[in-house]
Amino acid sequence: MSTLVETDAETLLAALRGLLAAKGLATPAEIAERLAITEKASPAQGARIVAKAWTDPAFRARLLADGTATVEGLGIPMRGAPPLGVLENTPDLHHLVVCTLCSCYPRAVLGYPPFWYKSAGYRARAVRDPRGLIAEWGTKLPDTTRIRVVDSTADYRWMVLPLRPAGTDGWSEDALAALVHEGDMVGVSVPSAG
Amino acid sequence: MDLAPGTEVRVKDDWPETRGPCHIRTPHYVRGRRGRILRRLGAFPNPEDLAFARPAPTRALYHVLFDETALFPDSRQGDDLLVELFEHWLEPA
Amino acid sequence: MDQDKPRAHHDMGGVPRYACEPVDIAPHTLSDFDKEVDALRQVLGLKGVMTVDELRRGIESIPEADYHRLSYYQRWIRSITDTLLRKGFITEDELRAALEAP
Repeated sequence: MSTLVETDAETLLAALRGLLAAKGLATPAEIAERLAITEKASPAQGARIVAKAWTDPAFRARLLADGTATVEGLGIPMRGAPPLGVLENTPDLHHLVVCTLCSCYPRAVLGYPPFWYKSAGYRARAVRDPRGLIAEWGTKLPDTTRIRVVDSTADYRWMVLPLRPAGTDGWSEDALAALVHEGDMVGVSVPSAG
Repeated sequence: MDLAPGTEVRVKDDWPETRGPCHIRTPHYVRGRRGRILRRLGAFPNPEDLAFARPAPTRALYHVLFDETALFPDSRQGDDLLVELFEHWLEPA
Repeated sequence: MDQDKPRAHHDMGGVPRYACEPVDIAPHTLSDFDKEVDALRQVLGLKGVMTVDELRRGIESIPEADYHRLSYYQRWIRSITDTLLRKGFITEDELRAALEAP
């Protein structure tokens, strides 16, 4: 590896910016366009998907069967993105997603992965002590609930469909979506109406 | 090789890290361990080749389920772990 | 788990060394640098210059001490630069000149 790569990162980016623009490999306009597209994805977008799945059984079934096509149907751009798989939590089974090798994350839906998801502590502990790990978020599951850790190692990206909280019968999709947070769709936390 | 859901498999106990530069998507903690096929996820170009810009033949990708206690003896009975593994890392158990 | 297996340093699942490491769950905002590097990688992917797998290979080849010292996107820009040099999309001379430009 060339020692030039050890140059300060901001300086390296500035140098590449000019070189790649001059060569037509990555122009400022192309970079700005991708950045804008990336910023449209967010946990709020994921929360809307979850709320729709809670209120529309046919949508829920399609989402679980083919996440990519189903969210595309909501207008979320998935072209070029890895396929999306959706993991349904039940009273008996709770999913926790991690990428132990890097930071694979359902970015097309949820946006940039959060800082903690990329950390060594999270990546190491999720597969070995999932209950101890989610306790950092104050999450405690019933003793009767099993945990399924999902190590996202390859070509899919995984999003958790959390359990709909009790006491939300008749709520609108908007009100339900407001209950759903980033961590709920990774499995470190669970939504609550309380 | 087509592995049906429920098939018992063993992950190869192979350590390409010891043989030179490589890029592999099979975590160290499942190698040599027994699990079972949950589903076939599809077929994708082999990342071990893509990482070096080599022609990448397509390989079947499986979702493989392991008992947590088979991976980490101190973990809780009943919990399990699901991981995406390529066919060339799997052999029938 | 076997402690003598030759795992790579990025292959962190279950590694006892991090067993007691607390996780910083506070929100962190990405900087302009972070977002630009992220978008640059996407453009290079869409244009067939480099795959995400090449990005990862480059990150994994960063020596362990640097891997842990560098931020997430600092690793990325190092890997991107390494890959562009390796594949001849840019040369060392071009990069050196660009780095020295005011």
